[in-house]
Amino acid sequence: MPGDHAVEVDRLHVVRGGRDALDRITLGVRGGTVTGLLGPSGSGKSTLMRAIVGTQVVVSGSVTVLGEPAGTAGLRRRIAYTTQSPAVYDDLTVRENVRYFARVVGAPNARVDETIELVGLGEEAGRVVGRLSGGQHARVSLATALVGRPELLVLDEPTVGLDPVLRRDLWGTFARLAAEGATLLVSSHVMDEAEHCDDLLLLRGGRLLAQGTTGEIRERAGAADLDEAFLRLVTEAARR
Amino acid sequence: MSAGTATAARVLLQLRRDPRTVALLLLVPCVLIVLLKYLFVDRPEVFDRIGAPLLGLFPFIAMFVVTSITMLRERTTGTLERLMTLPLSRLDLLGGYGAAFGLAAAVQATLVSAVAFFLLDLDVAGPAWLIVVLAILNAVLGSTLGLFLSAFARTEFQAVQFMPAFVLPQLLLCGLFVPVDQMARPLELLAYALPLTYAYDALQRVATETSYDWRLALDVAVLVGATALAIVLGAATLRRRTP
Ligand SMILES: Nc1ncnc2c1ncn2[C@@H]1O[C@H](COP(=O)(O)OP(=O)(O)O)[C@@H](O)[C@H]1O
Ligand SMILES: [Mg+2]
Repeated sequence: MPGDHAVEVDRLHVVRGGRDALDRITLGVRGGTVTGLLGPSGSGKSTLMRAIVGTQVVVSGSVTVLGEPAGTAGLRRRIAYTTQSPAVYDDLTVRENVRYFARVVGAPNARVDETIELVGLGEEAGRVVGRLSGGQHARVSLATALVGRPELLVLDEPTVGLDPVLRRDLWGTFARLAAEGATLLVSSHVMDEAEHCDDLLLLRGGRLLAQGTTGEIRERAGAADLDEAFLRLVTEAARR
Repeated sequence: MSAGTATAARVLLQLRRDPRTVALLLLVPCVLIVLLKYLFVDRPEVFDRIGAPLLGLFPFIAMFVVTSITMLRERTTGTLERLMTLPLSRLDLLGGYGAAFGLAAAVQATLVSAVAFFLLDLDVAGPAWLIVVLAILNAVLGSTLGLFLSAFARTEFQAVQFMPAFVLPQLLLCGLFVPVDQMARPLELLAYALPLTYAYDALQRVATETSYDWRLALDVAVLVGATALAIVLGAATLRRRTP
């Protein structure tokens, strides 16, 4: 695998609930890209992300993040992770949440309001998170991850439940962060989202169906849209 | 601001956002001590004997419940998993919690003591401030035990049930109802294995004696030791990696 990978996963085997959640998968995430981790629900996306951020017990295989083994203490300032269901404090305001995470990662205070603006919650900064809509909730979670300006962002389904305009804005933000040098790994079970990614990882049943740039994958499957490409790759894998 | 201090500030802020809990924390012990006073209105010596120990034990019970539920929420909402990916050591987290609830307990203990000593004329042999200090020690112990035990609850309902399961037996056996040395041998041994027995012994000494020897020091040492043990056990339940 080339040396410019922000994440390298080698024969990673994870068992969850007595089943293979990840079946010895090998993959790489290029630095400075937005990489989409796509696959139907239950395919192992969240498990892979947990392994990358170092919260998942693994059976075997290795995960290397920014040159260090996943879960190493030194990585905790360099990566940020949002869980699938927004993990923020419902009883605090947007600003209080972001400020807490900023303090934990040692980010300057000025970054707090700036990041809240970045996710489009400027108007809501003083509101208690528990009273926000689902989409706003997800963006608070995102802001708490962005505030430390991490080198690697691992975002588990950050755009689920957002309206199309917001979704487009967020993908725009992701692209900008990647252009500034960050690496983003973003999961989704909606194939359409692949349009916004530089690279794709297609997961199904704990196995990697395909990886490559969005164009490569479309080409390989010989399909115009990615939904179709995914279906063809699934049938192809089943035939093998 | 360090990650530990930030955590303490955040926990206190969360507590402040819940005025009903704060009111319950501060008012319930005061109401109970008033009740006790009028229950024994004709026998002030009984109020003096059990008032001070109860004063010192309320914060233990209250902080046990509040801490275990707050920590359980941290586990079930996924914020704990988030925190485990951040540059926050387990000691930062436990220390932050301990400091926040210790402070809340200090306010609680001071308020209920003020009510008891100034309004209800509670009379103790030793200095009143020593009762407050012991109450705070007990509260911190209650917090750390709550943190540890919250790992074994899956729902808030279960966490609340830990109160009768872990706190009531200690309260029954601590010596408040029957002196420990008058208990049946097995119960006596059990009582000496439980931290609240030492908490009660210390409080009762300050309430009835004017000079103290190594036995009070031993009580305090056991309380501090039990707190340290609960912190170590609590830290062990905070896993960075989970299945
Ligand atoms: N907490 C859990 N305990 C046991 N099994 C789990 C748990 N979470 C997920 N799994 C299982 O692991 C597999 C992968 O799940 P997950 O990584 O959450 O998939 P995705 O994020 O793609 O929906 C599924 O078979 C799922 O049932
Ligand atoms: Mg998932």
